[in-house]
This record gives sequence, structure tokens and C-alpha cells, in this order.
Amino acid sequence: MENPYFPYPVRIDSAVIETEDRNLKTFKLVFVNPEDEKKFAYRPGQFAELSVTGKGEIPIGIASSPTEPGFLMFTVNKVGVVSTALHNMQEGDIMGVRGPLGNWYPWEILEQGKNVVIIGGGFAFTTLRSSIVYMLDPKNREKFGDIHVIYGARSPGMLLYRDELMEWEKRDDIHMHITVDGTDDPDWKYNVGFVPTITEQKAPKADADTYAIVCGPPVMIKFTQPVLDKLGYAHDHIIMSLENRMKCGIGMCGRCNIGMEYVCKDGPVFTLEQLNRTPREY
Amino acid sequence: MSDYTQKIRETAKKLLSEGKVDAVIGYREGTLPLMAEPCLVKDPEKVDQLVFNSFCGVNLANYLPKRKDRVAVVAKGCDSRNIALHIVENQVDRERLFVIGAPCTRMVDRRKVAAAVGGREISGVSEQDGKLTVSGPGYEQTVDKKDVLQDNCSICIHRNPVLADEMLGEKLPEQEADRYADVREVEAMSPEERFAHFKDLFSECIRCYACRNACPLCYCPTCFVDESKPQWVGKSIDPTDTMTFHFLRAFHCAGRCTDCGACERACPVGIKVRQLTRKLEKDCLGLFDWEAGMNPDVRPPLDTWRPEDPEEFIK
Amino acid sequence: MRFLKIAKDDWTRGVEDLKKSFRVFGPVKEKEAYDFRLLDKGVLPDFSFQNTRLSPKSTVYPQSEILFEYTLDESKADHHVHKVPEKDYSPRVILGIRPCDAKAFELVRLNFDTPEYKDPYWLSAYEATTKVGLACDDPCSTCFCTSAGSGPYDEAGLDVLLADRDDHFLAKVLTEKGEAFVSAAGWNTEAPDAEAGFEKLAAEAEGKVPGGVPTDKLADKETVALHGADFWEDVAFSCINCGTCTYLCPTCWCFDIQDEVKGAEGVRMRNWDSCMFPLFTLHGSGHNPRATKVDRVRQRFMHKLKYFVDRYGRGIQCVGCGRCVSSCPVNIDIRRVARLMNEFEPAPEKCPA
Repeated sequence: MENPYFPYPVRIDSAVIETEDRNLKTFKLVFVNPEDEKKFAYRPGQFAELSVTGKGEIPIGIASSPTEPGFLMFTVNKVGVVSTALHNMQEGDIMGVRGPLGNWYPWEILEQGKNVVIIGGGFAFTTLRSSIVYMLDPKNREKFGDIHVIYGARSPGMLLYRDELMEWEKRDDIHMHITVDGTDDPDWKYNVGFVPTITEQKAPKADADTYAIVCGPPVMIKFTQPVLDKLGYAHDHIIMSLENRMKCGIGMCGRCNIGMEYVCKDGPVFTLEQLNRTPREY
Repeated sequence: MSDYTQKIRETAKKLLSEGKVDAVIGYREGTLPLMAEPCLVKDPEKVDQLVFNSFCGVNLANYLPKRKDRVAVVAKGCDSRNIALHIVENQVDRERLFVIGAPCTRMVDRRKVAAAVGGREISGVSEQDGKLTVSGPGYEQTVDKKDVLQDNCSICIHRNPVLADEMLGEKLPEQEADRYADVREVEAMSPEERFAHFKDLFSECIRCYACRNACPLCYCPTCFVDESKPQWVGKSIDPTDTMTFHFLRAFHCAGRCTDCGACERACPVGIKVRQLTRKLEKDCLGLFDWEAGMNPDVRPPLDTWRPEDPEEFIK
Repeated sequence: MRFLKIAKDDWTRGVEDLKKSFRVFGPVKEKEAYDFRLLDKGVLPDFSFQNTRLSPKSTVYPQSEILFEYTLDESKADHHVHKVPEKDYSPRVILGIRPCDAKAFELVRLNFDTPEYKDPYWLSAYEATTKVGLACDDPCSTCFCTSAGSGPYDEAGLDVLLADRDDHFLAKVLTEKGEAFVSAAGWNTEAPDAEAGFEKLAAEAEGKVPGGVPTDKLADKETVALHGADFWEDVAFSCINCGTCTYLCPTCWCFDIQDEVKGAEGVRMRNWDSCMFPLFTLHGSGHNPRATKVDRVRQRFMHKLKYFVDRYGRGIQCVGCGRCVSSCPVNIDIRRVARLMNEFEPAPEKCPA
């Protein structure tokens, strides 16, 4: 019997501070046993349990893309016991990864030439990065229509993956709408304003072939949803990724449910239409 | 119907319909014999669910902290002492609280009743003149209420409320009681015996925290056993962790516990948790001449310092 | 399926013989209450109980269980590597489990044995377990098994069902595991005419179980409306958010995973957890989707009586053992709540002005 609680051993290949408040760090992890990488076949939108031996596990969205073989990437916010311990670990240290867990964004649908509008805020951009890298991969790009990305953070220094954002800005096969809540940087040449406002200004109008993927803090989601309603997005075309406290990640320990669905196993990706039918316990 | 029940309903109805309070916290008939359920009544038309009987052991002071509304609450002697403590500890605002004082007729321990009828099913119970008439399939048996009281009630020396805005009856005579016979027995043990005694005492604990959660004193936003940074206590049923929980919780209640018995009453596995709290109660009485919750204006001895405090124990 | 007669004096011998090839768990009275314990040599299960205080779920699913062991000592080659400790999955038998509690294992199995994932700890222990039921001729006033899809002679999840007939037991051997069990005990007196007797006893016993806990309309309820019903505040008021109901429940399965380290040696373990505890759902950010007592009480009942019903189509996640009813310190009664939920009708929607 496979033991779904067993973490694959991985080595920290790099650990880089991501934001100016130094609370977010991006880890590149390499499997100790190369055969484990094959078992860890994932799709953008899934997450994994990062295991720090002696401290515990935390569920974190996978920020790398399956089109980037050889490593897994995770961006971790320092909040609790495990994430703090993880932040204190060094390149070369051994830790564990358990997964891939949960479902993914609906690539089966999106890859049929659909337009994709990615709307992200703060440090919830991880699986969205995975998705963008995946869609922009030369083998995949033609499967999608227009790609829009609206991504906001408090300040320029709080944006994740800044170098990549700037590179994407230069491309003509993706429409980037980077924004910050505010900045005193005179050289800032992108948007200033909250994500819902920029969404209203920049997001394409809804149609049957356009899907919005929304991922961000509760307040951003709360104010973005009416904007999407106004733009005419049907609720089954609004895709959201939820976070709830999780432990097992495999739908057994019981804590992450919204109604009859377990966020860890039946989610974390749900359409707004699905969420409308569940209690709002997230 | 007891006199108290009638008066509680009248008072509740009056307070609610006159808008003096937003809600009344009392007891309603349980779904089981020998039980009453705490309830909250907001509608003056619904006061008739309120009752008072010998099964109202739950301490209603536990339902008061963090309430923002104006409530009336039924309070026995011990409940009222816990309310006094809540006032001292700024957990309730006296101005927004209406205390319906119930000189306590002492509460029944349903496990003792069950034992008294030999574990037979109990489908009904009535009480009159200090007797409980218990009935079940094919039997009826009368037991003396004094033989089936909650342990804390049988040694209670403060049955009358220490504060009340309205009293449900005349003050009742207080009894003399030896409150610490079993504590002295434990004190007399050698350290090894005592450790073995406590280990056995808590061996059946399932860490459900019913004792803590039933206790009006345990209103900390995050209990020390639930802290994760740092984690003080393990979460398993390891005996050391379990005893650490019980010992530290008891110390946290020192000088504050009114011996309302809520902890023992709530414990699903029948652990005599009060052995710990009464040892500390005995020490507070001896060291500081202190009984908890007797006065809403005086802080408990362990959160104040007075020049005359004993200090011989500081080595 | 066949019937055996086991004389009481042969019972004692058989139980001792069983201990040679099984670890035998049975009800024993300790201090004031009955609970299931591993029976040492010479100790018989005490069948003079109505039901045990704690459910027998811990015989398969211990309250605290080590999932992995590891060392943090970097001088050791396998440092930081998780290893499953040696576990005893040799055959074990639960003697005298009540049919409701046996059925509970079948409901819990839906959680731990899924098409996508198998919980190896729960499942290995479950598969190692033979369940020998003791039919319930004297149900408690808090029992409602017949309302909860079980019954005093329910065979679900059992390998053998025993009926206590004063000087002997009648045994209905239901499975291959059951056959192995009776053969290990050396019980082989056939009682082919016992079938009718069993049916009569079952009907009598079922008649004694208090009924009237309706659950028939739960599946038809609209989840969000039921979740928003106005009775939850009243249901939850008295709750003190302890874990008594969930820890005593034979069908509650929720757990927490924790690492514990002493010196350089550590374990990853799981402990029962409870939806009654605020910590159960508290996010690292401080946000709590079930922040209030009402949220948590509602979760427990919605899970048992609605979400489970919808997810598995196997009825309610409750076998009617009545433990939560009789042990709740404040008398919150699932029978009352089931009635409220089953009878709930959402307020008619107001016409837009």
C-alpha cells in the first residue's frame, strides 16, 4: 500500500528572499531520488505539503510549472512554526515534499483555445506563475487565445517574481497589467490602483470563450467579484483557488471542508458557480 | 413547578418586555432526565421554557464573557461568585448585567443517581421534599437527594448568591463542612505515592478539554495547551503532557476557583479534577485567608501583592 | 453463513484459545465504566454492559498514533528520513462490539479507504480486525440505531454476531474472517434451527429501541439554506466547544498531524482532533472560517446529517449509539437537531419590491 503521508526527500537548491519585507522566500527544491520526480507529475494549480522534519508540514501552492523539469519551486510566507523553520533552512538542507495534491485549473477546457484572464493579488500569485509559465511554453501557447494578467501588490517591492514579470511585459503574446496599491518610486511605469479597479479598466469583456482565474486575499476577491459580474463573466467562467487550514492534504483529516467538499482534495480550484452552492466557510 | 421556576419566568418576562435586558440566560428542561440545558431567551413570549430544578449544575457565568448585549442571568451561589470574579477581572460589565440570584438548593450528580438505581435505565425523575423519585422500565425508586449531590455541592458552604439584582427566595442556611478531607489524604502521601496517585487519577483523560471549557475561569483567548509558538505541551495522550495540562490549568485557577464543580460535572470519563483545584483553594485560604469570588471589588491574591503576604515559601 | 451454539462454559475456554492466535479486545469495567481493552490472559470480556463509555474506534484508530519516526542526528546516515515504525497488524478481534459500533467502522472506512488514497495505518488495522458483535437486547433510552440505518441485530461490518441466551450464545457466522475466528476458538456445535430464533430476537430488540429521529428529508435539503437556518444559534448556545461528542463518537474520524521531538529523535504523529475546537480551522494568517461556536456546532451536525449524506449517499454519519447524547455536559441532543434539520423549510423568498 502506498503511504500517502510519506514525504519525498528533497534538497534545497536555492532559497531567495522574494519581497522587501523579507517575509517571502522562494525555494527551489530538487528530488534526492530522481525517480521521485516522475511520480510527482503535477499540473498548474496543484499544491504540495512541504515537510520540515521535526516541525511539521504546510500546504503550499506549486509555483513552478511542469514545463520546467528538474526542480520544484515554492514561495513561502513566514507565518507559523513550519514556515519560520523553513525560512531558517539553508541551501543543501534536506526536507520533504508530499504531493502533488488537489485539483488544478481546468486546463482540459482552457487548452481549447480559450482566452484566460489571470487576476492575482499579493503572495497568492504562486500557482498563477505556474500557469503563466505553462501557457507561455512554446509547446502550449497556441492552445490558448488571449492571455491577460492583472497582478497587484501593496508596493513594487512586494511583487513576486519581478524579473519574470518584466520579461513578460516585453512579450506581445501576453497582456500584462501590473499594479501596486501605491508607490513613491518616480520611475514606476506600470499601474497604480487596487486590483478590482485595474480589472475593471483592463480586463476583456466576458464571452463564452473567456475564463477568469482569480487568486488573492479575501478582500481582493470580495471586491473583484462584483467587477467581473459587471463585465458579464458567468459564474462558471470564474475560477478560484481557495486556501483553508489543511493537515493531511488527501481529504481525510476533516478540517478544510466547505460543505461536502474538501478544499485539499476536491479543490483547491472551484468555479464561483460551485462555491455559490457551498457554505462560505473559507 | 418550583417556586424558582415561576419567579424566573416572571422576572424574565418583565425584564425582556420592559426592554431592561436584551436576553435572559437560564436553564430549560433537558432532553434527558436529570439534565437541564443552558439557554438564551430573547423573546418575552418564550420565557416559559425556563426552569429551575436540581439538575441546573452548569455554571452560567461561563456564558457571560465577551457578550456585548445586556443580559440577565440566573445565578446560584457559585455562579454568582464567578460573576464577581468576572467583574474583578473585567470580563463582564456589571452595568450591563442583571443577576437573578438563586439561593441554591444544591445540585444532583446524575452519575450518582444512576449508580443508586443500579445502572438501570432512567426514563423519568421527579423531586419533592428532598427526595428524588426515579423511574424506568419496570421500576420506581426513591433516593434521598442528599445522597446523590454533586461532590462540590455536598461540601458547599456558600450556597447563597454574593450579589444579585433580584433574589428568587430568602437566603438559605449555610452548612459547616470539612472541605479538604481528601486533599489532606493526598498531602500526607510521599512524593512517589502522590505521583502515582495523580498518574492514576488522570490515566483515563482523553484531552477533550470539557473540564477547561466548562470552567468560567478558562476564558483565555488561546489556552496554553493550544499555543504553537512556542508549543508548551504535546497534543497526544502522553501521560506527562496530560498531567501538565491538568496541573497548569489548576494553578491558573488558584485563588479564582469557586469550586462550582463544572469541571467534574463535564468530564465524560469521571476524573476527580477538583482534587487539584481544592488543594490550591485550601492553600489560598491558609496563606491569604482568601475565598474566591466573595467580593467583586477585591482582586484575587495571586494577581496582587500586599506587604503582609506570606513569604516563608520563598527560599 | 451458518449458526453455532456456544455454551457459556465452553466460551471461557474458547476465549483463552483465541488469545493464542489473536490479540483479543473486549469490554471490561474499570473504575466506573466499561471500555474496550486488550484482554490479558485469563481475563474475559465483561458482557454485562449496555454500551461502552468510549466507542471501540480506538482499537483500529488510536487517539495518538505514530506515523513516522526519524532522527535529526546528522551523524547518522538516515538523518531526517521518515521511517514507518514497526506496527503490530497481527490478527486482532473485538469481542462484544455492539452492532451500531461495528456499522460505524463501515462509515469511517469511506473516509480512509478512497479510490484516490488509502490510509495505510487505518486500513491495515481494520483489515487485521475480526469484529464479533454482541446483539443488543437491552437498548439504552438514548439509543436510536434503528433511526440511523443500523439496529440491535445489524450485521453490517460484523464477522460474527452473538446473541446472549443465558447459558449459551447463539453465533451467526457471517464471513470468512468469522469462520477463522470460530475455528480458532474451537467452537463448532452447529445450530441450524437458530435462524428463526435470531429473527424473532431481532424483531423484539428493534421494538425496544426508541425511534422517532427522522432523517428521510435531509438529502433533499438545499445545503446553503440549511446552513443558514435560524435554529443554529439556539442549538449552539449551550455548547462549551469541548471535544466530548466527537471523541466519544464511533463515526468521528478527524485528526491532526504533529511533529514531536525529544533530543535528536522525533516522530510525526496524528492525534484525534475535533471540529469543536477553534484551532481546528484557524489559518496561519489568523483568519478562521469557523470562528464562532455557532459555526462549529453547525459544522458537526451538518457534516453528520447533511454533507456526509450528500457525499456518499449512504445515509447519515451516525449510527445512533447515543454516546454524544448521554455524555454532552450541557445536553445538546443530536436527536433534536436531526428533527430540526429534517423538518427545516426555508423561509419563502421575498418578492423584490
